[in-house]
Amino acid sequence: MPAEITLAVEAGTSLIAANAVCKTYATGDAAGRLVLDHVDFALKEGEIVAILGKSGSGKSTFLRVLAGLTEPSDGFATYRGRPVTAPVQGMAMVFQSFALFPWLTVLGNVELGLEAQGVPMDDRHRRAIAAIDLIGLDGFESAYPKELSGGMRQRVGFARALVVNPDVLLLDEPFSQLDVLTAETLRGDIEDLWRDRRIPTKGIILVSHNIEDAVVLADRIIVFGSDPGCIRADIPVTLPRPRDQANPIFRSLVDQVYALLTTVPGAEAAKRRAEPIGLGYRVPDASIQQLTGLLDALSQPPYEGRADLPKLAESEHLSTDSLMVLVETLQLLGFAQVGGGDIEMLPPGRAFAAADLQHRKQIYADHLRRAVPLAAHIRRVLDERPGHSAPEGRFLAELEDYLSEEEARQVFETVINWGRYAELFAYDIDSGVLSLENP
Amino acid sequence: MAQRWGLPIVAWPSRLRPNVWDGIALPLVLGAVILLAWASQQMSQPFHVGERLPIALDPRMLPQYALRTVMRMALALVGSLVFSIVYAAAAAKSRRAEKLLIPVLDILQSVPILGFLSITVTGFIALFPGSLLGYECAAIFAIFTSQAWNMTFSLYQSFLGVPHDLREAARMYRLSPWQSFWQLEMPFALPNLVWNMMMSVSGGWFFVVASEAISVGGNTVLLPGIGSYIAVAIDRRNLHAVGYAIFAMLVLILIYDQLLFRPLLAWVQRFKVEEIAGDEIEPPWFLVMVQRARVIRGLALAVALVARLSSRVSHTLPSLPQVARSPQRTGRILDLAWTAILAVGAAAAAVEIGRYIRVEVGWHEVAHVVLLGAITLVRVIVLIVLAALIWVPIGVWIGLRPRLARRIQPVIQFLAAFPANLFFPIAVSAIVAFRLDAEVWLSPLMILGTQWYILFNVIAGTLSLPTDYQFVAGNLGVRRWLWWRRLILPGIFPAFVTGAVTASGGSWNASIVAEVVRWGDTSLQATGIGAYIANETAAGDFPRIALGVAVLCLYVLLLNRLLWRRLYQLAEERLRLD
Repeated sequence: MPAEITLAVEAGTSLIAANAVCKTYATGDAAGRLVLDHVDFALKEGEIVAILGKSGSGKSTFLRVLAGLTEPSDGFATYRGRPVTAPVQGMAMVFQSFALFPWLTVLGNVELGLEAQGVPMDDRHRRAIAAIDLIGLDGFESAYPKELSGGMRQRVGFARALVVNPDVLLLDEPFSQLDVLTAETLRGDIEDLWRDRRIPTKGIILVSHNIEDAVVLADRIIVFGSDPGCIRADIPVTLPRPRDQANPIFRSLVDQVYALLTTVPGAEAAKRRAEPIGLGYRVPDASIQQLTGLLDALSQPPYEGRADLPKLAESEHLSTDSLMVLVETLQLLGFAQVGGGDIEMLPPGRAFAAADLQHRKQIYADHLRRAVPLAAHIRRVLDERPGHSAPEGRFLAELEDYLSEEEARQVFETVINWGRYAELFAYDIDSGVLSLENP
Repeated sequence: MAQRWGLPIVAWPSRLRPNVWDGIALPLVLGAVILLAWASQQMSQPFHVGERLPIALDPRMLPQYALRTVMRMALALVGSLVFSIVYAAAAAKSRRAEKLLIPVLDILQSVPILGFLSITVTGFIALFPGSLLGYECAAIFAIFTSQAWNMTFSLYQSFLGVPHDLREAARMYRLSPWQSFWQLEMPFALPNLVWNMMMSVSGGWFFVVASEAISVGGNTVLLPGIGSYIAVAIDRRNLHAVGYAIFAMLVLILIYDQLLFRPLLAWVQRFKVEEIAGDEIEPPWFLVMVQRARVIRGLALAVALVARLSSRVSHTLPSLPQVARSPQRTGRILDLAWTAILAVGAAAAAVEIGRYIRVEVGWHEVAHVVLLGAITLVRVIVLIVLAALIWVPIGVWIGLRPRLARRIQPVIQFLAAFPANLFFPIAVSAIVAFRLDAEVWLSPLMILGTQWYILFNVIAGTLSLPTDYQFVAGNLGVRRWLWWRRLILPGIFPAFVTGAVTASGGSWNASIVAEVVRWGDTSLQATGIGAYIANETAAGDFPRIALGVAVLCLYVLLLNRLLWRRLYQLAEERLRLD
């Protein structure tokens, strides 16, 4: 019984643990799609852990398994040694979308968790007011969330979480809907509270796709790989707090994580070269306009075909997440390669950037057929059919063997858009028919 | 400090010291309580079949009748509210209940309201022998059926649509199912529910008027109310009295609007999830009074206290096990069993219905009624097309003038609420006077009350068209027919469909009272399924009433499935602006 042994050993030190957690979502075929693959994890007392990964890597699902909001398909999560099957007292969560009740005032929202615990009214008021003061919202007690800015709303989210004196704070992309300035201020305030021990919280898990958030806050950064989600790297951050973002060690850490997030690890890359991606590969949802824009920017000064990814994100005003989507697509199409936090254009990418519109379409079409099996498959079917047309349903059905209905739709639409740009095939949304003729 | 967070319960004296608003609120509240007590006492008067309740045409009696009518409306509304909460919660929480409840609701929605009255009245009378209460119940039930289904659907959809993140927050902060129902699901559903209540009530006035004069097996019972008042006025050919009744109705609707719905609509604004503030409605005077008067604040505190106690009690209850909406293996077997039970039940019912029809009325009669239904169907479609031809251009014209539109919209809402059957006598006297063909000229009465929904929605649709589009059209020189085809018609299509669906449903309902109309002892008839049901109801032939109602219901269902739902989907998928 190895699981029980780990439990006994870890009970003293771990606040939260995950033991071989798997999660499968239902798809068209019986096996379903694996989004979490045997994830082991422990949060120790006094530690902030950041979980980073691309969108769709399963990191949010993982956080929900830890919180008891989602049941794992296999394996289990524990809180202080006891298995978690439903939300437990002692954990509180801050949501990306704030998740405030619009019909309750700031005070009402903050009191919600206490009310659910049956805390008497006077006590509730006192504690809620204290939490509101702590997070810097005094004066706004009677305001409704609608009246507040995004930053203030998320402060309410934090106050609502902190008022129940949680042992563990789960933060699900808490800063991603805020503008940069607001996010940094709030992040700083949270770090101050933690550093000065003004909150009784003993551990924090931060799920994010913002690398700087992670490096500023975390004692440990866990990088999630996708398809299926698994832990790819576990990087300790030992820089003293408060952390100086201009510090070269800080910068190199950011670069290191960037590299991890954007490169396909060696073993997988080798496998991929020998055996190209399958029909059900979840192609990144990249827009043609952004792809061409990025290639243009890359080919020109100051980059001249090679760029540091964090710098590129900054100069092109792209979030880490959307940059990663584009970079993955460029890699997929063979237009660029990534190594050590840098992106480098490959000859086809350079040719594309130099070509005129018609030429670009040709280059794009060639690479699309070579690199994306679904695009090639659609074109082949249309070529073979006597009328050179086919209903979308048949391709969607094929995709649903690998993906959920929603994902299949998403992948299909992305490939349709790429195919339309490349003039590989045409698509009529009213009839749902793909064809070779171009009106 | 006391005022810092809204409603503290310390500092009673200063907060409950009377103010100016109390001067208005106190008499209003007390007066309403006394009136309601009197009206409810009147409802259970002893009564025997064949007796005739005196209805006087003296206009001084009208306030009293109006009060009885209002009372019926209010009771039906409360009933609908309770029903819809229970029914929608059951359908939204349990997958198995949902399988049965939602299709049933869909059918109920297409049963003609007055058909319910015809079918249920004998049962209600048997329930309270020797008392007027049975008739009152039948009338209230008919009004209830005109409101409950809509409200239930609205609630059910809201319950399913509760944002995922709010649900997660409620679970994370460990609200019990009871707490989360009242703190999350109901508040979220409120804005739509109130809007639906208002629409249902405005539709309900028509049925209040129609259901107060109940015919059972040749006897007509007139329940004191505006509807009966007008029935008597029709009987005595008294146009003055019809005018008084119309005026009284006007006042009633205004009171409901001002005292109930305006304040409610303004109040529920805060429950809307949309993130942005602004677009606030000017607070109506009655809401201001309710919020400022100390008496009412005191009442609110009492209610809050009860709510808090119930919440505390619920906390001590063991929380219900989470019902998994994803099927497990044992769950799947139970699901299959449940589906099988439903299927067997449906099949048995179908066989029984077939037998009943064969024995009681015969298939020949069925064919006849289906034909009558087809005639009414043609009427409904022609009327909708005509109404569209008239009101679309006018609606667009108004909608392009936003200031005019804002002033005219309350008027149209009011017209939609006004029971069109009050105008029937005037129309009938005109038909008689000009010797017009009843088959043709009775038809417009069916759409008299519901055509406003088309106009109302077309105006709203035009208003919501971004002005950019009009600039672009003007810039490109798009004019006349091209302007209609490329800009206006596609732009207002979703709104038009919404309006037309409502108008069509209302017309089917109205056919029962519009295809047979009396004025004194002149009776005008148009051929159709509405006239069939009305005549059989008057004759008290239960199997034929049931047959007529069932066939009418089938027509409504078919029209919904084959026409309206498809247009709706088309509008949703292609022409929605956002």
